[in-house]
Amino acid sequence: MKGTATEKPLRGAGKRPAKKRAAKKEKEKLWELRLYVAGQTPKSLAAFANLKAICEEHLQGSYAIEVVDLLVNPQLAKGDQIIAIPTLVRKLPVPIRKIIGDLSNTQRVLVGLDLRPLQ
Amino acid sequence: MAANRKKAVELEGLEKCPTGISGLDEITGGGLPQGRPTLVVGSAGSGKTLMSMEFLINGATRFNEPGVFVAFEETAEELSKNVASLGFDVRALVAKKKLAVDYVYIERSEIEETGEYDLEGLFVRLDHAIRSVGAKRVVLDTIEVLFAGLPNPAILRAELRRLFRWLKSRGVTAVITGERGDHSLTRYGLEEYVADCVILLDHRVTDQLSTRRLRVVKYRGSAHGTNEYPFLIDEHGMSILPITSLGLAHAVSTEKVPTGIAQLDRMFDGGGYYRGSSVLVSGTAGTGKTSLAAFFADAACRGGKRCLYFAFEESEGQIVRNMRSIGLDLAKWTRKGLLKVHSSRPEMQGLERHLVEMHKLIGDFKPQAVIVDPITNLIKVGGRLEVTSMLTRLVDYLKTEKITSLSTSLVTDGGGADAAGGVSSLMDTWINLEDILTNGVRNRGIMIMKSRGMGHSNQVREFKLTDRGVVIADADGRMKGK
Repeated sequence: MKGTATEKPLRGAGKRPAKKRAAKKEKEKLWELRLYVAGQTPKSLAAFANLKAICEEHLQGSYAIEVVDLLVNPQLAKGDQIIAIPTLVRKLPVPIRKIIGDLSNTQRVLVGLDLRPLQ
Repeated sequence: MAANRKKAVELEGLEKCPTGISGLDEITGGGLPQGRPTLVVGSAGSGKTLMSMEFLINGATRFNEPGVFVAFEETAEELSKNVASLGFDVRALVAKKKLAVDYVYIERSEIEETGEYDLEGLFVRLDHAIRSVGAKRVVLDTIEVLFAGLPNPAILRAELRRLFRWLKSRGVTAVITGERGDHSLTRYGLEEYVADCVILLDHRVTDQLSTRRLRVVKYRGSAHGTNEYPFLIDEHGMSILPITSLGLAHAVSTEKVPTGIAQLDRMFDGGGYYRGSSVLVSGTAGTGKTSLAAFFADAACRGGKRCLYFAFEESEGQIVRNMRSIGLDLAKWTRKGLLKVHSSRPEMQGLERHLVEMHKLIGDFKPQAVIVDPITNLIKVGGRLEVTSMLTRLVDYLKTEKITSLSTSLVTDGGGADAAGGVSSLMDTWINLEDILTNGVRNRGIMIMKSRGMGHSNQVREFKLTDRGVVIADADGRMKGK
């Protein structure tokens, strides 16, 4: 399924900070994230902006965000069992984790992504 | 009152969406409300999934209305396997684009909630599924799973409200299933959102026998049967018995059918029972009730009529053997296909199941005469009230179909003559057999307690079972009578 998803960049999206050397060096630590949205709703835009900020801070250089717009590709909702919008799916590293909501609660996002233990 | 009438006028012409489930369309006056959601409530194992699946499959195969099944509990694979046992081929319909099955899986432990969200993903999936087959019918089974899977009930409730509005605006006829709750109708109060039609499925176990029942709790803008209707789930799916009060409007016949015993015919003003009437033969053990029933069966078959014999005590072989001893060969009628003996233990299944099964057999075999031997054994499987109501339904049904019925009733000592679940008042003709002990000799006596609409003998006559048949001796003159 990967690759068939249309990467419809939201506002402010686009650059993938993947420095080649760093990526190679820490290949096993590449974070593959997929954000499911349905159109450019305020919640979706907020989720993307929040995600971007968190990734830049904690995962600089070792992440890839793929945005899937279900209004464009509704058939993709089935694969990752998407019900809530927005949903962030951590495809890599395994296991797959799902985080729903606009990602405004940074602490919970970090817990959900397994970047920080629950305090 | 005036307000009610106004409402009825406004809602006139409510379109119905036929379910194709036998009996349900009769109860609801044509089916579920077209283009609106219907809630089907029931506890675990009450048949919700099956009913909703049958609704979709009938829609796809018989009414040219493709459907979408959104399964929250079973995968598409499991679902098609489960309903395959009932003769539904889900996979073929999916392949033909008549049906779409979407399995929605949600696991609380895998989900972290961070901020605002909605259920647009579910809407997108549903919309996609509806478009892919051009669906007119949608089933959500069981949407309540979302309550366990999503952390925020406030969002969920708002979204459910939006979902049902959206379904209505799409014009699809939807069935939403819900788990029965302890204090409210459904566990999560789904009835709050789906208010047009609510159907309750029930699965009761009394004395280790289970009965399934269906009730239309509410049907906005339409008249509907309000009773509890028993239903069956068998290899052909679901069938409901709409025992609406058939009323007492059945046509009557003045034609007579022979009893099989010439002397008995004479006791009934010469001719026998009225066609389509109900006959009760009561008596203590060993008075010859089954023999009387067998003669009636024999007479019906002799006249080229079909007879269906429900035996609750003896097997077919036993009846044939026993009747041979009084000079009756029933085996030849079974060979000719005129007589069908259906033997079953009353304890084998619930009363309603018996009734549904009897209806089915009667519908298939189309007999002109039916024998229930003995009707009292059914009391074993149900309370007195239940038995009476069941027998009322059966007798009503038989009368409507103009089938002459003969039921035997075992009277126990001290039980009184009316031990047959209080059914004697339902019966048109009542014959009582009893033992008469005189001078150390036991004789059998026969008398007609009542026979509606015809003159009959008032004598107690001797009833003899011989190897050449039944002999009813004339009265010995000690008692006056005709």
